[in-house]
Amino acid sequence: MSQATAEATLPFEEALAAYDPVLGLEVHVELGTNTKMFCGCATAFGAEPNSQVCPVCLGLPGALPVVNEKGVESAIRIGLALNCEIASWCRFARKNYFYPDMPKNFQTSQYDEPIAFNGHLDVELADGSTYRVEIERAHMEEDTGKSLHVGGSTGRIHGATHSLVDYNRAGIPLIEIVTKPMTGAGERAPEIAKAYVATLRDLLKALAVSDVKMEQGSMRCDVNLSLMPKDSTTFGIRSETKNVNSLRSVERAVRYEIGRHAAILSSGGKVTQETRHWHEDTGITTAGREKSDAEDYRYFPEPDLVPVAPSTEMVEALRATLPEPPAARRKRLQSAWGYSDLEMRDVVNAGLVDLIDETVTAGATPAGARKWWSGEIARRANDAGSDVPTYAASLAVTPAHVVELESLVTGGRLNDAMARQVWDGVLAGEGTPTAVADARGLELVQDTGALQAAVDKVIAANPDVAQKVRDGKVQAAGALIGQVMKEMKGQADAAAARQLILDTLVG
Amino acid sequence: MSELTRADVAHLAGLARIELSDDELDKMVGELGIILESVATVQNAPIGDVAPMSHPMPLVNVTRPDEVRPSLAAEAALSGAPEQDQQRFSVPRILDED
Repeated sequence: MSQATAEATLPFEEALAAYDPVLGLEVHVELGTNTKMFCGCATAFGAEPNSQVCPVCLGLPGALPVVNEKGVESAIRIGLALNCEIASWCRFARKNYFYPDMPKNFQTSQYDEPIAFNGHLDVELADGSTYRVEIERAHMEEDTGKSLHVGGSTGRIHGATHSLVDYNRAGIPLIEIVTKPMTGAGERAPEIAKAYVATLRDLLKALAVSDVKMEQGSMRCDVNLSLMPKDSTTFGIRSETKNVNSLRSVERAVRYEIGRHAAILSSGGKVTQETRHWHEDTGITTAGREKSDAEDYRYFPEPDLVPVAPSTEMVEALRATLPEPPAARRKRLQSAWGYSDLEMRDVVNAGLVDLIDETVTAGATPAGARKWWSGEIARRANDAGSDVPTYAASLAVTPAHVVELESLVTGGRLNDAMARQVWDGVLAGEGTPTAVADARGLELVQDTGALQAAVDKVIAANPDVAQKVRDGKVQAAGALIGQVMKEMKGQADAAAARQLILDTLVG
Repeated sequence: MSELTRADVAHLAGLARIELSDDELDKMVGELGIILESVATVQNAPIGDVAPMSHPMPLVNVTRPDEVRPSLAAEAALSGAPEQDQQRFSVPRILDED
């Protein structure tokens, strides 16, 4: 537990009444390449400590780094997807510093020559409006090692006597994406911050350049925030809150910092320019080190790596590999599927777009695909404390299963109640829907003789209800249908039962 | 080049985590000042419109395919470490978080 105490904050509305927030976001994305940025070491997550290191990423004397081709391609694709210009010539730079998380005593990065710059990303907000986030730059760099602080009680730095460093992560390709300062967001700043990170995550996922798992640190967000008085256009002093690593936290951190800055400014104080740490448990930030000036890093061009100069042909070839932007794809699919805005939003929020797309492509109706994925399967995933894609993958439930089940229902073999029993079997690993239905003997009774016998029996037992139906109160038949279904042990088609009751009574 | 000050040296020493006594600071200001002055003579070179060069060879786009190559064994990687613990490099505590 952090011993840090919360600083004073002003209520959000009060802060926004007096100040305009200026927001900037820096997102670091670990690329999903097989190897590191400058050497052939593997990048697998969770490997034994210091088992994926070599002379290059350990910075041993005489080692020579060579750029990962896929890393450069991914960087350019990300830049293009963010509507950036791509540098025709750029260099890597050494960012020198003395923390032991890089054994080289510098991080290889890019300084004043990023590979991509001047882009934008349009972000959809909950009210349906769009906010354009301007992108300053996207540059290539490498991740640092992981430190374990020991000797203290918290695992964090305070009280630690020494640090244990694992360099497996050192050298994994990172792309840092930096926005221009966002102004005019007002009270929507927290929402915009969250929506931007979510949109960026979807885009990177669609590009298949990273697994973008915020909880595993393959996508990390730093929040820069300052306030300026309502009548001012001069930016205030900003704080930089590091490692805000969930969508919800991004929104909360922006909100918290707005309140904290406002409390300082409204009492006549001055915000300290500093790095701050986000505390997920308490929802507050605390002061970290004071921000180094850029010149403290003594950036200079990396002499061991030759410049990167992507040709126009290469850039255009990569542009041709860009996927349909997720927002455009959602619009196209919604229209093709005939879903309402609400239905589509639910499907998107539940992460079902890909599964439903695959299911419809495999032959299901859009309505059927949505019904099963966001109904029965989602309910069970929720019970299991999981989301649908993870749940489906863990139990090997596939779009083909949904297609098959739907055809069993529309083909008249199963009713919905039976279909739910079939899901029990499929999710328990008993096989395909057909195999489960066969094994469990689930089949609607097609024998009209048996159904007629049940109808006659129920009518005889309920003369009052039957008379109401004869008198024209058709809705009274509902009570009879239920009993017929019970009589048939659920293995009848309710629509057929209803028709037969009406035929028998009304003729 | 502006004169190197005592504060500059103290700041650099802080970044590099080198502890300097007052005497040492005074001495370093003088010694580093002489070194910087000497190196600064290159600024008098008649470079005219010669472009700055970071790389001696006129090469661009030297890359390697994204194929895994063997890493060092962890024991080998750690063999040069003055201290190690739990298969990790043990270092003096640092002021920043990971």
